[in-house]
Amino acid sequence: MTSEFMAPAGSVEAPTVRPGRFRGLRRALAPIGEARGLPKWVLYIGIGLVLIFVVFAIFAPLISPYNFDQYLTSNGVRFPKSGAPSGSHIFGTNIRQEDVFAHIVYGSRTALEVIVIAVVISMVVGVPLGLFSGYYGGPLDRVLVLIMDAMFAFPSLLLAILIAFLLRGKFGFFGASFSGIMSAAISITVIYIPQYFRVIRNSVISVREEPYVEAARVLGAKPRTVIARYVLGNVVQNVPVIATLNAADALLTLAGLGFLGYGVQPTEAAEWGYDLQRALGEAAGGIWWTSVYPGLAIVLLVTGLTLVGESLNDLLNPVLRRRQLLPVDRREMERSDAGEPQVAS
Amino acid sequence: MSQTKPEATAVDTEPLLSVEDLRVHFALRGGLMQRFFGGSVGSVKAVDGVSFSLKRGEVLGVVGESGSGKTTLGRAILRTVPVTSGRVRVAGRDITDLSEPALRPMRRNMQMVFQDPNASLNPAMDLLTAIGHPLRIHGEDNDDKVRAAVVAALERVGLVPTELFLHKYPADLSGGQKQRAVIARAIILGPELLVADEPVSMLDMSVRAKILELMLELKNDLGLSYVYVTHDLATAKFFCDTLAIMYLGRIVEYGPAEQIYADPKHPYTQSLLKAIPEPDPAKSVPRDLPRGEIPDAARPPLGCSFHPRCPKAFEICGWESRDLRDLVERYWLAHPDDEFERDRRVIGALTALDDPAVTADVPAGSGHSGADVVQFLERIKGEDPHEPTWTGVTEVVDAGSSAKVEFRTDAVDPPLYPVGDQHVACLLYRDGEPDGNGSKPRTRRR
Amino acid sequence: MTLLDGDEPLPPDLVMSVKDLKVWYGTARGPVRAVDGVSFDIRRGETLGLVGESGSGKSTLGRGVLGLLPDAAEVSGKVLFRGRDRVTMKRRALRSLRGPELGLIFQEPMTRLNPLMRISDHFFETLHTHERGLSKTQMRKRAIDTLGAMGIPPTRFTNYPHEFSGGMRQRIMIALALVLNPAFVVADEPTTALDVLVEAQIIGILNDIKRNFDTSILLITHNLGIIAEACERVAVMYAGRIAEQGDARAVFARPAHPYTRELLASTISLSTTELHYIPGAPPDLIHPPSGCRFHPRCPDAMRVCPTRHPPTVVTELNQKVDCWLHGPDQLIPPGGKESLEREAIGVADEA
Repeated sequence: MTSEFMAPAGSVEAPTVRPGRFRGLRRALAPIGEARGLPKWVLYIGIGLVLIFVVFAIFAPLISPYNFDQYLTSNGVRFPKSGAPSGSHIFGTNIRQEDVFAHIVYGSRTALEVIVIAVVISMVVGVPLGLFSGYYGGPLDRVLVLIMDAMFAFPSLLLAILIAFLLRGKFGFFGASFSGIMSAAISITVIYIPQYFRVIRNSVISVREEPYVEAARVLGAKPRTVIARYVLGNVVQNVPVIATLNAADALLTLAGLGFLGYGVQPTEAAEWGYDLQRALGEAAGGIWWTSVYPGLAIVLLVTGLTLVGESLNDLLNPVLRRRQLLPVDRREMERSDAGEPQVAS
Repeated sequence: MSQTKPEATAVDTEPLLSVEDLRVHFALRGGLMQRFFGGSVGSVKAVDGVSFSLKRGEVLGVVGESGSGKTTLGRAILRTVPVTSGRVRVAGRDITDLSEPALRPMRRNMQMVFQDPNASLNPAMDLLTAIGHPLRIHGEDNDDKVRAAVVAALERVGLVPTELFLHKYPADLSGGQKQRAVIARAIILGPELLVADEPVSMLDMSVRAKILELMLELKNDLGLSYVYVTHDLATAKFFCDTLAIMYLGRIVEYGPAEQIYADPKHPYTQSLLKAIPEPDPAKSVPRDLPRGEIPDAARPPLGCSFHPRCPKAFEICGWESRDLRDLVERYWLAHPDDEFERDRRVIGALTALDDPAVTADVPAGSGHSGADVVQFLERIKGEDPHEPTWTGVTEVVDAGSSAKVEFRTDAVDPPLYPVGDQHVACLLYRDGEPDGNGSKPRTRRR
Repeated sequence: MTLLDGDEPLPPDLVMSVKDLKVWYGTARGPVRAVDGVSFDIRRGETLGLVGESGSGKSTLGRGVLGLLPDAAEVSGKVLFRGRDRVTMKRRALRSLRGPELGLIFQEPMTRLNPLMRISDHFFETLHTHERGLSKTQMRKRAIDTLGAMGIPPTRFTNYPHEFSGGMRQRIMIALALVLNPAFVVADEPTTALDVLVEAQIIGILNDIKRNFDTSILLITHNLGIIAEACERVAVMYAGRIAEQGDARAVFARPAHPYTRELLASTISLSTTELHYIPGAPPDLIHPPSGCRFHPRCPDAMRVCPTRHPPTVVTELNQKVDCWLHGPDQLIPPGGKESLEREAIGVADEA
């Protein structure tokens, strides 16, 4: 269809942004503020869900009555083993005699730490690689695409396990320099670098052919300047979408690693996947609270992140944005100077 | 903007831009295997031996259809596509072999205006940043100076009041305003040479004239010289001092614009002029248009590349096998369906004629012999003996299972012949004006 | 609106009659009035040229009369075709009309042909869908005849789309639209992507269609020259409305609307001796100017122009024009004919 058909004049309005710092970035993200209807609500629900866990993570010591590895009350009395939810342990206690609620709250801290580290590292590695590979092309591009595709084709959880294995220092490759959280984050990072790489590279390849990039070269800009000022700004809007969607996926991978015993160690931090695995044995005995709460936490946070990612995609992706036509007030349409009389002079 | 212009009239002996025998060939990638291993299967001669020069303060129009190589020529002058061979000199300096870093300072002096105003400004930059960026690229760091220069450039191109525009993004502007901004960005470095690639073809009719007027003003006020690349002879008429008409990578007619409009010599120029639709019904002219379209540049016709479409082509223009295929197809087109069904079986695969050659082997269809094919070709000739393709055929012989059609081997690929002030790559002019020479078919006489 | 209300018989010489058609698109800033109260008729076997600049709503109008608008577009008014109102018509009934009765020729021919299908298969599929019961031989003959009329030799019938040049593909697209003998075809900028010489060839073909196929054409273009070469009648569109319509020769010789006049003067052709342009830019269709939409750019604007939209007036040359210059005088308030003093159009609004 012609562009006139898809985007009737004025339907994709340039958002008005007041001058100031980061005007360009704010402009690129402005459609988020202008969202209407369903996408807006989806976005709000997603943000709300994620915010709950962010608050848990930041204020964990204030929210949780106990520490995650605490099994004694302040007067030295042991917590009950797999005790049902009660006044002092609202979500009950688990088989290790720890408080389940404390594990949920501190678990969000672990989850968000790992997610943030993983997303930041994979972004910092994947985006520049994609930029250079896409802009310069040639043999470098071919080799990188080959490597990234190979990594992409490899089962991601298996790859994460492999990396976690190497990093954990069992074989002494890297010594013991990485904490459990860091090594879990890095194992997850490796899976997501190819995603940033591919998305950025492909959009760079189309942006590279735009006349404004050629114009920059004609102006005498160095390749570095062209990439930083003309290419980056026009591919960067892909990043928030991948980042949020990846965050959701990263959480699942982290839980998977924990479940299989290759994730964060139980002594280092609370981790929902590991908790779930420990709870598995008891679930048959009617002890539901040790599995339901961590499971619910994973589901809610993943849902929240996915909702945010999907609605960002709807709002920021120009192809999807154009389709958003709003209903027209028919009465206004029929009222507006209808039926001019035809007169002969 | 910085107006450090050399005294143009004082050093007028040297043209601002001179291009000598410029060639830009692009390697064609073949099938999967070649693509994988990076090999190539021949090349497209996008620009194939073009020479011209442009004096300071003049406008050269490079006119042609899409596929003529005009856009590539414009880009080769600015060295944004790799030059295969030949020389480009700007202001006396040979820039053909300069490395990109060595070329960068030279770019202050040569700029470009693009066809699509919607795509030639970075959507993520406001006008202050976008138009000021060339200054920063070339080392100006002072924010106030950049701002002052941008304001001056905006005023120069008529985007006033400038404070309204400084912080606008391209998406907030109309097509004409964007093109003004592109022009402002191009002139801010104070260049002498501007390559304008179809600067008005994407604009609405009601604003085209305004942009053309602005460009003419800038030319006079700033002493700019333009290479105006276009397909539109009507706008070029207003704009150009000299015209270069391009066809399949070559200049086929070159000369003072006024003369070419008054007396187009190349049959291609003549048809281009006739093809422009005329809104005034009183002035519209009858059309006799060349058939077909611009051929594939990867396999150009033998001899003169325009000969298959040329209404005036004759014996030595380069007739070959593919022309025979066109001829047979045109015959079938003109004749009813059942006749085609019958004749179709006489001839085997017409694809046998697709490789350019001066000896065409027309295979007979199954159950038919070469003699049948010869007879069929005779029938076609009998229907229209004046069809120019036959002038290039020396003999048609029965070769058993096929008919051999021999074409003349003395065909000439015409160079640019001087005719008065014009240069024309057409064999009609190989001995100057065709008037005094009786051996050629009739041509238009003034 | 009931269905019966919409069904009106058409006079026999008309193929289509469009009455007060509006097509609005809803956006966050308010509705875009892409087509806003357009009326015209198309006679049997004639070519009506619809000319306008980008954003004038001409493409939306073309799709509107074919019922090819996106679902979210709000449509009102009437499009009478074969005695039925196509605005109220059900989607399915509409689809069955498209093809055999209504055709569309697009701007970019390559994207409309399936690269994996031979040209012959395109024709077989079209004919098979809309005219069941044709034998293969009949289909083949129909297709080859139609292609032949467009200048495509029969030997190329089984080639793939990529084996043709741009102009040839456009000829094939035209043949595909015409092989079902539709009564009415919309050609939306059919030559815009093509070169001058090929454009001229396609104009020639469009002229032949009128003679050979008894098909009415709505030719949408921004090029006045093409209208002059190919159309009997012309409708000039500005900001969602038709400013002027009438016999093409008459309109070009004596434009009644100042916009037509200015647009003709702005068109650069070989006979142009002076550059001319219209100040200002086409308006925003969300908040169009009050009254006559051209008044802010009009050199002849009068005091009455911004106050209300001019009614359609028929001039003595039988041009229908929406302009207060042509009256009716009884509707113009006293003093309304004085020329409109206004602030000079700032370049801020200019193109």
